[in-house]
Amino acid sequence: MNEPEFVRVLASIILASSPLIIAVCGETLTERAGVVNLSLDGTMLMAAMTGFVIALETDSVWFGFLAGAIIGMIFAAIVAFGSITLGKSAVAVGFVLTLLGDDLSAFLGQNYTRIPGPTVKHVGIPILENIPIIGPIFFDQDIVVYFAYILVAFSWWYLNRTQPGLRLRSSGERPDAAFARGISVNRLRYLYTIVGGSLVGIAGAAYSLDVKIGWSDGHTRGLGWIALAIVIFGGWSPIRGALGAILFGATKALATILQRTFPEVSVVAFNAIPWLLMIAVLVLVGSDITERLIMLAPQKMQPALRRWLRISPPMALGTTFVEK
Amino acid sequence: MNIELREIRKYFDHVKANDGISLTLEAGKIYGLLGENGAGKSTLMKILSGYQPADSGEILLDDHTQHFSSPAQALSSGIGMLYQEPLDFPPFRIIDNYLLGRDNRIALDYKTVSAELNEYASRYNFSLDIGAFIDTLSLGERQQLELIRLLAGGAQVLILDEPTTGISAEQKQLLFSSMRKLAHDEGKIIILVSHKLDEVQELCDQAFVLRRGKLVGGSDLPCQNEKLVEMMFAQIPARSERTAMAQKELALELRDLTISTYRLTVSGINLNVCVGEIFGLAGLEGSGQELVLKACAGLLPSAHGKIILAGQDVTGWSYHRMQKADIAYVAAGRLEAGLVAGLSITEHVVLAQPEHTFFIDWKTSEQETLNRISDYQIVGTPDTNADQLSGGNQQRLLFALLKTPLKLLLMEHPTRGLDVRSTNWIWELLYNRREQGSAILFMSADLDEIVERSDRIAVFSGGVMSRIVDAKQTTVEELGHLIGGRE
Amino acid sequence: MNTKRIASALWPIVPILGALLFTSGLLLLFDASPLEAFQSMFKGAFGDQSKTLSVLAFWIPLTLCSLGLLITFTAGLWNIGVEGQIILGSIGASWIALKVHAPNAFLQITLELIVAMAAGALWAALSAILKTRGKVHEIFSGLALNNLAIILTNYLISGPWQPPEGGTFRGTTPFPDAALLPRFAESRFSPLSLVFLIIALVIVFVALRGTFWGLKLKALGKNPFSAFLLGVSSEKEVILAMMFCGALAGLGGAVRVLSWFDSLRQSISGGIGFLALLVVMLANYRLIWVPFIAFFFSAVLNGSITLQLRTQLHSSLGGILTGLLVLFVLLFGDPKALGLRRKKEEQNE
Repeated sequence: MNEPEFVRVLASIILASSPLIIAVCGETLTERAGVVNLSLDGTMLMAAMTGFVIALETDSVWFGFLAGAIIGMIFAAIVAFGSITLGKSAVAVGFVLTLLGDDLSAFLGQNYTRIPGPTVKHVGIPILENIPIIGPIFFDQDIVVYFAYILVAFSWWYLNRTQPGLRLRSSGERPDAAFARGISVNRLRYLYTIVGGSLVGIAGAAYSLDVKIGWSDGHTRGLGWIALAIVIFGGWSPIRGALGAILFGATKALATILQRTFPEVSVVAFNAIPWLLMIAVLVLVGSDITERLIMLAPQKMQPALRRWLRISPPMALGTTFVEK
Repeated sequence: MNIELREIRKYFDHVKANDGISLTLEAGKIYGLLGENGAGKSTLMKILSGYQPADSGEILLDDHTQHFSSPAQALSSGIGMLYQEPLDFPPFRIIDNYLLGRDNRIALDYKTVSAELNEYASRYNFSLDIGAFIDTLSLGERQQLELIRLLAGGAQVLILDEPTTGISAEQKQLLFSSMRKLAHDEGKIIILVSHKLDEVQELCDQAFVLRRGKLVGGSDLPCQNEKLVEMMFAQIPARSERTAMAQKELALELRDLTISTYRLTVSGINLNVCVGEIFGLAGLEGSGQELVLKACAGLLPSAHGKIILAGQDVTGWSYHRMQKADIAYVAAGRLEAGLVAGLSITEHVVLAQPEHTFFIDWKTSEQETLNRISDYQIVGTPDTNADQLSGGNQQRLLFALLKTPLKLLLMEHPTRGLDVRSTNWIWELLYNRREQGSAILFMSADLDEIVERSDRIAVFSGGVMSRIVDAKQTTVEELGHLIGGRE
Repeated sequence: MNTKRIASALWPIVPILGALLFTSGLLLLFDASPLEAFQSMFKGAFGDQSKTLSVLAFWIPLTLCSLGLLITFTAGLWNIGVEGQIILGSIGASWIALKVHAPNAFLQITLELIVAMAAGALWAALSAILKTRGKVHEIFSGLALNNLAIILTNYLISGPWQPPEGGTFRGTTPFPDAALLPRFAESRFSPLSLVFLIIALVIVFVALRGTFWGLKLKALGKNPFSAFLLGVSSEKEVILAMMFCGALAGLGGAVRVLSWFDSLRQSISGGIGFLALLVVMLANYRLIWVPFIAFFFSAVLNGSITLQLRTQLHSSLGGILTGLLVLFVLLFGDPKALGLRRKKEEQNE
């Protein structure tokens, strides 16, 4: 492979991973606050459809993104309402919404399939795009990609270096202690579920407006589930989650490339790689291999390493909190 | 600041946790709040610190009536409470834990806050590494942090709820000296909630005694222990007379046992329990007794050493294998660890049977359940769910589920949260087991229970087991010394 | 007091009406008459004998999977991987159908069914072991295994089992008639599969209510640690529960591939696995409701296929109606929960 080809492939991986990165950031915020929003797959399907349709009708991608965000907020609000206010299982509510989102998007979008539509602008960042190799891959991209970068950086800063971020995290770690400090845990959980949901909606719209342009039945099917899994093996951190999303995109691209160069070898093996990788990483996350590796490092570095490589979930994830 | 509590009442269903309590607290003094389990100390302090509202009565700060809707609001009015398990966030750094909820600014001002933290720490001689993460700290250090946070938040009144359980002797001295400084030098009010008479005598200026939800009296300190005990118990508890049942035969031998966990390592445990003996493990919470019990039950692996049950080496056996070998383990949390909410008494009885058929014979099982309900005097029907039972009845159910006979019965806090009647009843059941030839190894936070019920006692402190003491000949004072880590 | 009781009993109608209203609203959005649409759906389900038989034929595997899920839900598991277990069952049955030619139909079919159940059970066991040994939540292992099952199916269809005229991604070569389940009239319904269903119903009922194993699962699902202390080995029971469900799902897959279709297809599971999860949720995890709700789902979904043929309205309408039903009943179906939420405070002194 010559240089431009290899660069082009990497650039397309970054582009294709961006919606996933956005969705992973959104769900990471939600889960750090203690809520599991299982409806991602359905949300993204509805948001992709709605985003595309609105963008088409208004001839503006921005309205499309707005529509996607609103859809994401609605789905997330239902999950939050069902679990926080009504006390039902968030997994159950999220699961039903996943299936509903699929059917609703198919039904409502039935007249819009296989139509071309507006796409997101491509903007190269001056100076940065001229850096050899790195430039074209990361800085000569669509706006969606830059949004993903900013979102990841902002999410990290928000979670770790701001007061609201501390409050978010406290709601997901020890809601009773947070409440004693005067923090409205359930209000925050509502807020961040909806904010996270809006990001997932934007991700869905980004997909149909930038990556796989247009709409078709089952357009983004599976992406929401993948996003949920990546939140886990990114250890509930926006940066590692983004890396996980890129890794996933890369294995998919690798599968396609290998398929081209070795057409005889079965399609099966290549398509199966991402899923096998996902299982492998999830097993790694649940095992004590990282802890054992950390023990090999010098004593002084261990606490820091433990923090960077921390992969345990927020302590109160998935639990309900009853405010007195 | 002066505090007045007027006619505070708090009921939980028909239990009168606080039944019209009135008292006055003056600035610059350290108060002790005494009372046995269930007297109402924690309830009263939770009301004062804003954690829960009173059903009736008033709280007055400097003659102004206050209504607290949350602990945070109480703190802003100057009242802060230090809980036994500090309300902090293990995955956070010390500095983040301190900053949380402190103000409404978005960005975190690490510089100012670091200086502030260090200044407070040095004022009271606490040594803290503020970059450390909370889950690497000991309980004593977490307490110190929480104290600083409360003080920085403007606390003029500090309530300490059983603060010396689980901290080292050194940390205790540090805590006490800081309390003296806060009260006598800085004019704050300190309230020490404790059941440890010695400590209350040592630290406090004045004591209040609660019994069954009422304020029954008080005293300036120091005073004679008997005076306080009389108020707390209405009479000095009699050491129960019973014949020693311990035989020569060994039920349990622990040889050089070492158990290692992330928090604590317990090493070199050598312990024998005879058939028919009741052996009590005393010590502050988290000193290692729990680890020993869990290792004997097969719930924790041992790093080194041997566990020998009735002559057989059972080291490394799994919990279920131990169960089949007639070892039983009764945990402290009834619904969390032992009973299943949503399952009826009958279903529990069926599940607990050592022998069971593939198909359940519900008729026979119900009959068996009725027998056990009457034998153990459980207030409930076969269809009652475990979560519908009261605490005392849940404990009776746990005992009703135990196999008979047992070689070894391991118990954590067998009578925690129970009233005197239930406690005596449970111990009658345990004495029966002893007569059947079971050996009993138990831990309890209630030193009196340990002294009253055990044949022999060992004290744990910071993961180290003391010498073994004969219960009939020891005194609460001797044990107190051992707990403090002194020989 | 009487009115309160009646209201409480009748309350479930509210979310059901809600779902109907919402769906009608969607139809109006597309200038369709709700009344006509529902009528079309009904005719599409029960209009003539062959349609009714189709509803039955879809109902059988759906109910089989739902029964299996009752077991895993009792154990506290979210067996999302049930789709993959259906597919593996189909693959197992297909393998025997294509490769083994037994002397008589009885032997042939018995072999197919056994292999199908074994395949489904093994696929489920994978999820279970990943959970017990690998600490991977069954939702995610199920997800991955579902996708792997689909990939495997596509491989078989386009590769080793492709039809003689070449791979078309539509399906494998058709099975010999002797391998298929005997069907009634010209429909896709096999009365034999109804027998399996009844047997499965009885077995699951007895397992949950009358066996020690069922009680162990119940305890496990409600409080794993207490169950452990009482002697229940969670590892063993999780694996067994999943395998039981996998076997039933596999059986459903066999019924699909041997009567609904006549070969292994791409969409062999037809979303039945996920639907079964909805059925059990709507049934509030009670066995008595499961067959009826499954039947209703089957009618609605089959009816909406005809709806699409006649009115150009997308057949996903059926899925919308059933999904909304589950959602509304889940959220609003419990009148007590909607009232004042009394928070009981336990006081430990």
